[in-house]
Amino acid sequence: MGLIAAELERNGIATVVIQLLLEIATRVRPPRALFVPFAHGYPLDVPSDPARQHAVLERALGLFGRDGPGPLLEELQEPVTPGRG
Amino acid sequence: MAELHELSLRDRAFFRAYRWRRIDPVPWAPLTKPLSEARLAVVSTAGLVSSTQDPFDEGVRGGDTSFREISSATDVRELLDTHRSSSYDHAGVSEDANVAFPIDRVRELVERGHVGSVASRHLSFMGSITAPGRLVRHSAPQAAQLLMDDGVDCAVLVPI
Repeated sequence: MGLIAAELERNGIATVVIQLLLEIATRVRPPRALFVPFAHGYPLDVPSDPARQHAVLERALGLFGRDGPGPLLEELQEPVTPGRG
Repeated sequence: MAELHELSLRDRAFFRAYRWRRIDPVPWAPLTKPLSEARLAVVSTAGLVSSTQDPFDEGVRGGDTSFREISSATDVRELLDTHRSSSYDHAGVSEDANVAFPIDRVRELVERGHVGSVASRHLSFMGSITAPGRLVRHSAPQAAQLLMDDGVDCAVLVPI
């Protein structure tokens, strides 16, 4: 995923990666990444919950407003949804 | 929270031994216009395909590095989960593919004026690629070219 992001960035397309494993983000170093505290299979947290998915997605997209250089890694510090992760 | 210890012994061993490709130098493409004027694409690695497309192939040694173009007009409920990994719970994607391929959410962001426009094509990959050479040399450049052809300014990449 980070490797795809890097290729897009080299071609002028700004990217943000949602990242489920912090270890991978720190090793691979995608240009912009939002680490989210959710379980595998639930990168935007709760299925069939558009408001929750919007909250995560908009937080990720908010990284486009930040200055470089990368890697820019931000952590979504929110309580884990009960029953998940 | 997704942590390595949640994974199977086999997957944990893979994650610990895998020589992750470190991106160096880290490229940086600034978004040169407000998000409210930008065209956004979704790139997913959840192995989703539309009903008329071939499934991803778990049998490819080193991982299937191909990708599928997903039209922005696609009904997310018609996407098929062809990722066979047992490393994660597929129930979320089965219930609502937006949890990993949020094309409905992107459309809504455009309707709200938060995002300028939605890309005409989104991209679907399948993760679990252990030999990323073909991805780096072929698939990723093809993906970049496709998104450039569509005038995409920015992309959100969603894992599974």
